[in-house]
Amino acid sequence: MKYLILGNGPAGVIAAETLRAEDPQGDIVMAGSEDAPPYSRMAIPYLLEGNIDESGTYLRKRAGHFDTLGVRQKAGRAVALDAAARRVLFHDGSHEDYDRLLIATGSHPVRPPIPGIDRPETQTCWTLEDARAIAALTRPGSRVLQLGAGFIGCIIMEALAARGVELTVVEMGDRMVPRMMTPEAGGMIKRWVESKGIRVRTSAGVERIDDGDGNAPLKVRLSTGEALDCDVVIVAAGVAPNVGFLDNTGVHVAKGVIVDARMETAVEGIYAAGDVAEAPDLFTGAHLVSAIQPNAADQARIAAVNMAGGEARLPGVLAINVLDTLGLISTSFGQWWGDPAGQGVEHVDAEANRYLSLQFKDDVLIGATSIGITAHVGALRGLIQGRLNLGPWKDRLLANPTAFFEAYVAATQPTTLMRSAA
Amino acid sequence: MLKSLHIDPAKCTGCLQCEMACSYEHHGVFNPSKSRIKVFNFEHEGRMVPYTCTQCSDAWCMNACPVDAITLDADTGAKVVHEDICVGCKVCTIACPFGTINYEQDSGKVQKCDLCDDNPACASACPTGAITYVDADWTGLGKMRQWAERANTPSTAAS
Amino acid sequence: MGWARKILRVNLTEGTCASEPLNMQWADEYLGSRGLATKYLVEETDPKVDPLSPDNKMIMSTGPLTGTMASTGGRYTVVTKGPLTGAIACSNSGGFFGAELKFAGWDMIIFEGKSPKPVYLFVENDRAELRDAANLWGKSCWETEETIKRQHQDPQIRISSIGRAGENQVLFACVVNDLHRAAGRSGVGAVMGSKNLKAVALRGTKGTSGIKDFKAFMQASNEAKKVLADNAVTGEGLPKYGTQVLMNVINEIGALPTRNHRDVKFEDASKISAEQMHEKRATDGKPQLVTNAACFGCTIACGRISEIDKTHFSVVNSPKYWGASGGLEYEAAWALGAANGVGDIEALQYANLLCNEHGMDPISFGATVGAVMEMYEMGVLTEEQIGTAAPFGSAEALVQLVEMTANGEGFGKEIGEGSRRLCTKYGHPELSMSVKGQEFPAYDARGIQGIGLAYATSNRGACHLRGYTVASEVMGIPVKTDPLVTEGKPALVKAFQDATAIFDSAGICVFTSFAWTLADVQPQLAAACEGDWSMEKLETVGERIWNMERQYNLAAGLTRKDDDLPPRLKTEAAKVGPAKGLVNGLDTMLPEYYQLRGWTPDGVPSSETLNRLGL
Repeated sequence: MKYLILGNGPAGVIAAETLRAEDPQGDIVMAGSEDAPPYSRMAIPYLLEGNIDESGTYLRKRAGHFDTLGVRQKAGRAVALDAAARRVLFHDGSHEDYDRLLIATGSHPVRPPIPGIDRPETQTCWTLEDARAIAALTRPGSRVLQLGAGFIGCIIMEALAARGVELTVVEMGDRMVPRMMTPEAGGMIKRWVESKGIRVRTSAGVERIDDGDGNAPLKVRLSTGEALDCDVVIVAAGVAPNVGFLDNTGVHVAKGVIVDARMETAVEGIYAAGDVAEAPDLFTGAHLVSAIQPNAADQARIAAVNMAGGEARLPGVLAINVLDTLGLISTSFGQWWGDPAGQGVEHVDAEANRYLSLQFKDDVLIGATSIGITAHVGALRGLIQGRLNLGPWKDRLLANPTAFFEAYVAATQPTTLMRSAA
Repeated sequence: MLKSLHIDPAKCTGCLQCEMACSYEHHGVFNPSKSRIKVFNFEHEGRMVPYTCTQCSDAWCMNACPVDAITLDADTGAKVVHEDICVGCKVCTIACPFGTINYEQDSGKVQKCDLCDDNPACASACPTGAITYVDADWTGLGKMRQWAERANTPSTAAS
Repeated sequence: MGWARKILRVNLTEGTCASEPLNMQWADEYLGSRGLATKYLVEETDPKVDPLSPDNKMIMSTGPLTGTMASTGGRYTVVTKGPLTGAIACSNSGGFFGAELKFAGWDMIIFEGKSPKPVYLFVENDRAELRDAANLWGKSCWETEETIKRQHQDPQIRISSIGRAGENQVLFACVVNDLHRAAGRSGVGAVMGSKNLKAVALRGTKGTSGIKDFKAFMQASNEAKKVLADNAVTGEGLPKYGTQVLMNVINEIGALPTRNHRDVKFEDASKISAEQMHEKRATDGKPQLVTNAACFGCTIACGRISEIDKTHFSVVNSPKYWGASGGLEYEAAWALGAANGVGDIEALQYANLLCNEHGMDPISFGATVGAVMEMYEMGVLTEEQIGTAAPFGSAEALVQLVEMTANGEGFGKEIGEGSRRLCTKYGHPELSMSVKGQEFPAYDARGIQGIGLAYATSNRGACHLRGYTVASEVMGIPVKTDPLVTEGKPALVKAFQDATAIFDSAGICVFTSFAWTLADVQPQLAAACEGDWSMEKLETVGERIWNMERQYNLAAGLTRKDDDLPPRLKTEAAKVGPAKGLVNGLDTMLPEYYQLRGWTPDGVPSSETLNRLGL
């Protein structure tokens, strides 16, 4: 049996390792398109901050890890798939045949159609190569405009601030991290970031990027009418799945590659996992891309088990996120915006920069958003993913949302071991 | 044979010696807020429940770590955080559905139960035997795992 | 170290909170908690102050072992001038509040003045501020804890508060922490109420790092824990039965004060005993006791968590009392039960719950009800005056009176004054079973002679916890003495009093002394604290604390005459049991006690004694 894995990010690596565990004899090839060992984009901000060097971003630290596992690494970007022949063609003209294929090609940053967006001082922040470029372009005092204050934008922001740049963030949405945070929470993050000396423009866009007028290399015009002198523009306006090579292959692609609960695509023997995959949502069953490492890991394991002939199913994708914006830590889980037929509670402590929103349907937690609360937040996932019936704890949580960990422990730990004293 | 922490809530009196022992072992201070084991007191039921990482086989935290900072200690079965590698991204804290790996602001790293290198301080400090360190196939642990798995099934690998 | 070296001064009049360094010289001389807080009170207030005036201060203090791994190292003390007694008041409590104060980085909080409006203090590590408590005033201790936790959205906050009893300045109001732990005696809750201070809410995440030698401390505390575990009382009796283990024991030896001390045995003692709490009830097939529970750091775990019988008349219509909550301890079971002749353990638990909920000392409350019942039977008080028929043994009367007292209604207001004031008002001061105005606890001084002297000389009024000679006289700890004789008791009382001052001041629970002597505490203190903490030093510090409290009381206007027992104990002999025919021999013990203490025949510390102790 020969397994071909396209992509060597977290999904590719975990799939390779899982395949090896499930099938000691199989032939495993993992193809990556970048000039570095498998690494994690999650670690790039820490690289930019100077906390780690490039090797600190590597997904596996042990030398010869993949050789030891008998995973052959191939450098190459897939450009075409012949599903009937079970063959993938790479950009350098080489090809690989397979019995089982995993598409774990991830995503790429989107450059919105703005005049001047392709100038050399305009940089995305996605790959190690991007990180090297940003490190070369920015120095303390550099005037940096960051386009986009979504999840990735916010993660980069901290690193840029740590490099001592003068930062302006422009976000189209009416708040920061609009696709992860409630209005109240997004506002709280904005106030926090502004208090740290970062200029934030929400409900604003970049209209064009021009040559500077002598004060700076660039002049950036905003929809608000402002015109800013900038040294560098960082584009963090979202990402899109790497699916270009799948045209006319029978693999169904919407935004990402459509998979079932076994992570298999419409074509038998072809699977997908990670940022490129659209898997059924935990609650609605609607297909959803959830581009975050833990989900990539879960999906990759399930895909690999099925590829090796086992049987595993994803109970559904649960969108989860954690963000550290200049020391203010926020999380979001599941259907954080709630359900029209459900109930919710929002606790706001502006003074302490603490926030918690819990959203219920019946007596089950379906979503949550937090700021400034880091202890035991994983239990929010546990409550949501386990679809735990909260019973009397629902009312207690409506009154005291911060008691969620107690609720989780109460709901999961055996109650039968009652005793009479000593 | 691997050993595991076995927790019997029925024996817990809620004294918090375990929390202090844990914080002393790992941080050199008596400070329950830094403990990796936590005792819940459900006042109105008269029920006290010590709770910590079960070193679950799914190892959500380990699989979620982007930089290989959490590894399996083959001798103890513990999933151990390597502080020198951890970048503090906190992804593991939202990945673990049990809420037992936590970000620590002071160090900028995450922390979790590491079984104290095969000699858990919480079990040594427990005066009632509510927390013991026993062979891993002990039924109580199985029960706890069952609970954990029923609550949070990521996958049901049957192979 | 051991100490956090920092105290919080809260001026309620001005609404200010200020940090200041702990006076380390005083710490070296008075250790901590009880001793050190009393030193501050002595230095900063006039002993003649009206206890309920703004000029009185109230101090909440930890000891150097509070918030450490020392077993039972979670205690704090409330020190103030007591409104029930006019003497020094010093009540300590377990639970989790004391350790949290240390974890927030403070040794003690000094409250001074009076807030113009109800407030509560919120402390989060270094940050301390007074907050409006308008919405908390009128609430019970339980509601107050729940509301504060909800307001701050932090289930981990630890809270001490007063209930309606403290607000109404019931003279035996407590300060309640962690729902059912209390700084119970001498009316410290009334002082808190007089200051318009509803609650103190703490969140401490700094921990206790200031241990002089952690390694030595861990070794010493581990060895001491083993002593507790191996001891029959602290290792078996107290965890299983709680302090209630004493009910049948003390009844058997004819020292269970019954019906306002008219009798020394209670025919229904077994119905209100620890063993009864384990028995399955006929109504629901469940025992009253749910589990035992520990205070912070305690490896004994004598605390009781109980569930009342839902079908009992007191709660059948009140579901809020149906859940598990603090259960009967020996003193409460005695005061609410035997002292009134009430043998209905569910009624006792109900009264106990209300005492916890509204912040009242069940000992003083129960004992005062005992006096009321006696006067009712004598015809001094009528059903009309009281609002209910109140014969000895009436569970219905107990239930009504606890509600009336908690709510400050009708005759409950008079009960809230304590037995001395109430009995004096109705012309029978001799029926108040109290010393210095504070009601006796659960040991009859005719059947246990030494405890009579301990009651008479206790600096905070009648109290078993200032010199628990019962340990020696009944249980043989550390050596067995004959409870029926007075010989040797003055020395025994002095030794217990001085040693107890150290246990209290260290921040640990006096119940450890069932197994520990000072020699078990000393290595823990020596490892935790800077300076010399030898046995000799501890003995001196204990005696110094005792004499300092005595000096305070004398300066407050108390005299030798206040070191006395009610005539009943000195003239009415025990009717049955081993002590049949005996009265308490206080008058033979007291002069010898004064002499041993180095006090004049009038009970005043001599100048030699004061010099020797550095006072």
